[in-house]
Amino acid sequence: MFKTNLRSLIASRKFSSGNNKQVNGAYDVIIAGGGMVGCTLACALGKRALLSNLKVLLLEGNPSSEFRVKPEYSNRVVALNQNTKSLMNSLEVWEHVEKMRLQPVRYMQVWDACSDALISFSSSDLQDDDVAYIVENDVLLCAIDKELKSSNIKNVDIVYGAKISGYDLPKINDTKMESTVKMSNGDTYKCQLLIGADGANSAVRKAMGVQYLSWNYDQMGVVATLHLSEATENTTAWQRFLPTGPVALLPLDSTRSSLVWSTTHSHAKELLKLPEEQFVDALNDALWKQYPRRSVVDTCTSWVGSCLRRAGLADGAERQLPPSIRAVAPSSRAAFPLAFGHSTRYIAPGIALVGDAAHRVHPLAGQGVNLGFGDVKDLTDFFADAIYTGLDITHHTWLEKYESSRQRHNVPTQLAIDALYRLYSLDIAPLVLARSVGLQLTNALYPVKKMIMSQATT
Amino acid sequence: MESRTKLFNAFNINVFKRLHGFCNFSAINVKKCLMHGSPSCAQQNQKKTNTTVDPEDVYRHGQLTKDWWDEQGVLKGLHSLNLIRIPFVRDGLVQCSLDERDPTPLKDKKILDVGCGGGILSEGLAKLGASVTGIDAGKDLIELATEHSKNNPKLANNLPSYFCTTVEEHSQERKDYYDAVVASEVIEHVYNKEIFVKACVETLKPGGKIFVTTPNRSRITQILGIYVAEYVLNIIPRGTHQYDKFMTSPELTFLLERNNCHVELTYGMIYYPFSNRWELSKSQLLAFATQAEKLK
Ligand SMILES: Cc1cc2nc3c(=O)[nH]c(=O)nc-3n(C[C@H](O)[C@H](O)[C@H](O)COP(=O)(O)OP(=O)(O)OC[C@H]3O[C@@H](n4cnc5c(N)ncnc54)[C@H](O)[C@@H]3O)c2cc1C
Repeated sequence: MFKTNLRSLIASRKFSSGNNKQVNGAYDVIIAGGGMVGCTLACALGKRALLSNLKVLLLEGNPSSEFRVKPEYSNRVVALNQNTKSLMNSLEVWEHVEKMRLQPVRYMQVWDACSDALISFSSSDLQDDDVAYIVENDVLLCAIDKELKSSNIKNVDIVYGAKISGYDLPKINDTKMESTVKMSNGDTYKCQLLIGADGANSAVRKAMGVQYLSWNYDQMGVVATLHLSEATENTTAWQRFLPTGPVALLPLDSTRSSLVWSTTHSHAKELLKLPEEQFVDALNDALWKQYPRRSVVDTCTSWVGSCLRRAGLADGAERQLPPSIRAVAPSSRAAFPLAFGHSTRYIAPGIALVGDAAHRVHPLAGQGVNLGFGDVKDLTDFFADAIYTGLDITHHTWLEKYESSRQRHNVPTQLAIDALYRLYSLDIAPLVLARSVGLQLTNALYPVKKMIMSQATT
Repeated sequence: MESRTKLFNAFNINVFKRLHGFCNFSAINVKKCLMHGSPSCAQQNQKKTNTTVDPEDVYRHGQLTKDWWDEQGVLKGLHSLNLIRIPFVRDGLVQCSLDERDPTPLKDKKILDVGCGGGILSEGLAKLGASVTGIDAGKDLIELATEHSKNNPKLANNLPSYFCTTVEEHSQERKDYYDAVVASEVIEHVYNKEIFVKACVETLKPGGKIFVTTPNRSRITQILGIYVAEYVLNIIPRGTHQYDKFMTSPELTFLLERNNCHVELTYGMIYYPFSNRWELSKSQLLAFATQAEKLK
C-alpha cells in the first residue's frame, strides 16, 4: 500500500472484537446506510488505489446476516444495466454475482393495453450486449459484501445493527469541516465527509434541511415470484401498460420470472389477499386481456404502421407473446409504496447524498438503483481526481461537480419516467392515440431508440 | 556588491505588491490587503537578532496568516488557481494511466517554488509527495509559510523547506538540482526577467521542467487590472501595477528558448471572479501558463 500522507487520524480508534459497542473514532468518510448503494460506495472507496488511504466507516441499521443462495428466488430483484455491470466488474463484484445467479435480458418488449403500439429493445441494438441483468437484491448485496470483507480492503470498518440517534453537521461558517454521528448507545463518530446512503427516507437529507420535492404515486408495486406454464429460454423482459399501471415480468430462469405489478392501492391490497390460484388468474388477465379499443386509435396506428412498413422501418407488428403464468411461489407476494422524490441539493459542506436518499423513481423503467450506482461511480471518480490534485475529498469544487453531473443525468431521467407514468395512467382517446403513435415512431426510428437506451444505461 | 543589492531590490517582492499583483483581474476586496510591506531578507540580514517578540509583529503575522490562508478571503483567487496549476505541474512531470495513479504522483520529484509567498502552491505540491523548496524574498512570508506547514497535519511529514532568498542567490548553491522549477504569478513583478529566468533554469537538472504562470500584457489586463482597479474603482493604490512589467507569451517563450529551454506547452488561463474559478483555455488574453524543458 501507499504511504499515507493524506490525513492522520485525529482521535484514537478503539475496537473491542466481536462487540461493536465501543467502536469510537474519527474517519475521513462515514457512510450512513448500507443498502446496495452504500455498500457499493464503501467497496469502491476500498478498491480504488487513490482512495484507499481514506478511513471509511459504514453504518448499517440491519444486523449482519449470512446469505446463502436458496433454491427459491427472492421476490426483491433489480434490473441492472450495462453501466452498473461495468462498475461491478471494476470492483470485482460481478464475478461473485455470476457465480451465484443472474439472468441476462436479451429482449425487452413494452406494449400498450389500449392499442397495438409497441416498443422493443434487443441485444442486436446494443452490439449484441445484453439489454439488462436481473439480479436478486440479496445476491447483489452478498456479492458486494464478499469483496467488502475480503483482504483486499483494509480501510473500511463496518458496524451492523447501527442505531443512529442524530447528526451534528458542520455550520456554514465552520472552518473545520466535521460531522458528528451520534449513536443511541452513546457512541459517537466523527468524519470529514458524511454520506447519506440511507434510502428514500434519508435522515441525513433531513438533517441537511434541503428541499425535497416528492409526491406519492397513487400506486403500490406488487412483487412476487412466478412459475411459467412452460419452460422457455426466458431472456425477455415484458411490460404491459394497463390503465391501472404497468405490469412487468422479469426473467429469472427458464421457468420462473419475477413480477412487478404497479396498481392502485385498493387493487394491490386485494391482490395480496387473493388465494394463489385467483391471483394467477388475475395476473394472466392483466397480461392477456383485450381492453376495449377505440376504432380511431386502431385506424391511426395501423395507418402509421403501414407507412412505416412502406418506408422500410420497423412497424411494430412482429410482436412476441408473453408467457402465461402457471403459479405464484408461496408467500412471495408483497407490496411496496411507490413515489417520486428529488432532493434539490445532493451536497452541503462536508455532506453528500447518494442513491434513493437523493432521488426516487417509479420502478417502471427499472432505473432506481442504477441511478444510485451512477452516483457512486461519479462520486468516486471526483474523489480520486481531488486526491490526485492534492486536495481534500470535501473540497467544494469536486462536490459541486458531483452534484451537477449527477443532477444533469438523474433529473431528466426521473422526469421522463414520471411523464411515462402519467402518459399511461390515463385512458383518454387523444392521449392513447398520441402515445401509441409516439411509441410506434420511437420504435421505428433507430437513433431515437438508441438515445433512450444510452440514457437508460448510464 | 552594489549590483547584488540592486538585484535584491529588483526581486524584492513585498507582500503588498504580491497581493495586488494578483488582484489585477480578480474582483476581490483589496481593501483588506492594504498591509504594509514585509521586511525583505536584505533588511533582515542587517537587523540584529533579538529575542523579544514584537507584539505588533505577532498581530501582523496573525493577520497575514488569515489573509493568505483564508480560502474565501482576499487571496481566494490564488487558492483556486491551485486547481489548475497543480494538475498543470503534475501532468508535466508524470503521466500515468487511471489505474496506476496513486496519491503521491510527485514522490521523488524535487521542486523549487520561486516566490512561494505563504506557501499555497508549495503545500499543494508537497501533498502530492514532492520534496518542495519554497523561496521568497519576503521574510514575513517565509515565516508564515514555515509556520503554516508545521501546523498542517495533511502534509504528514513531507514539509516543504522554505528559505528567505532570491532565486539568483539560490541558484549559486543549487545548480542542476531540481526536477522542476515553478514560477507562478511572480515573473510579472520582476524587473530583470533575463536574470530571473537564467537563474531559474540554472537550478534545473538537464531535462528538468520549468513552469510559469503569469498575466498577459494585453489591452484587457491593462484596462481591467490597472485603469479600472486603480483609477476607477480606486481599490488599489495608483501605481501598484507596472503594466510594462507584464509579459506576453511570445516574449516568455523567446526568453526561455534563449536560456537553453524548449517550450513544450502554453495554455491560456481564464478567471471567473464570481464563481472564483480558473479554467485553462485557448485564449491567452488574460493570463497564460507555459511549460518548458531544459535541454541536455
Ligand atoms: C417494487 C420495487 C421494484 C424495484 N425495481 C427496481 C429495478 O428493477 N431496477 C432498479 O434499478 N431499481 C429498482 N427499484 C429501486 C431500488 O430498489 C432502489 O433504488 C434501491 O434499493 C436504492 O438503494 P439504496 O441503497 O439507495 O437505498 P435502500 O435500499 O433504501 O438502502 C438504505 C439502507 O440504509 C439503511 N438505513 C436507513 N436508515 C438508517 C439509519 N438511520 N441508520 C442505519 N441504517 C439506515 C437501511 O437499513 C438500508 O439498508 C425497485 C424498487 C421497488 C420498491
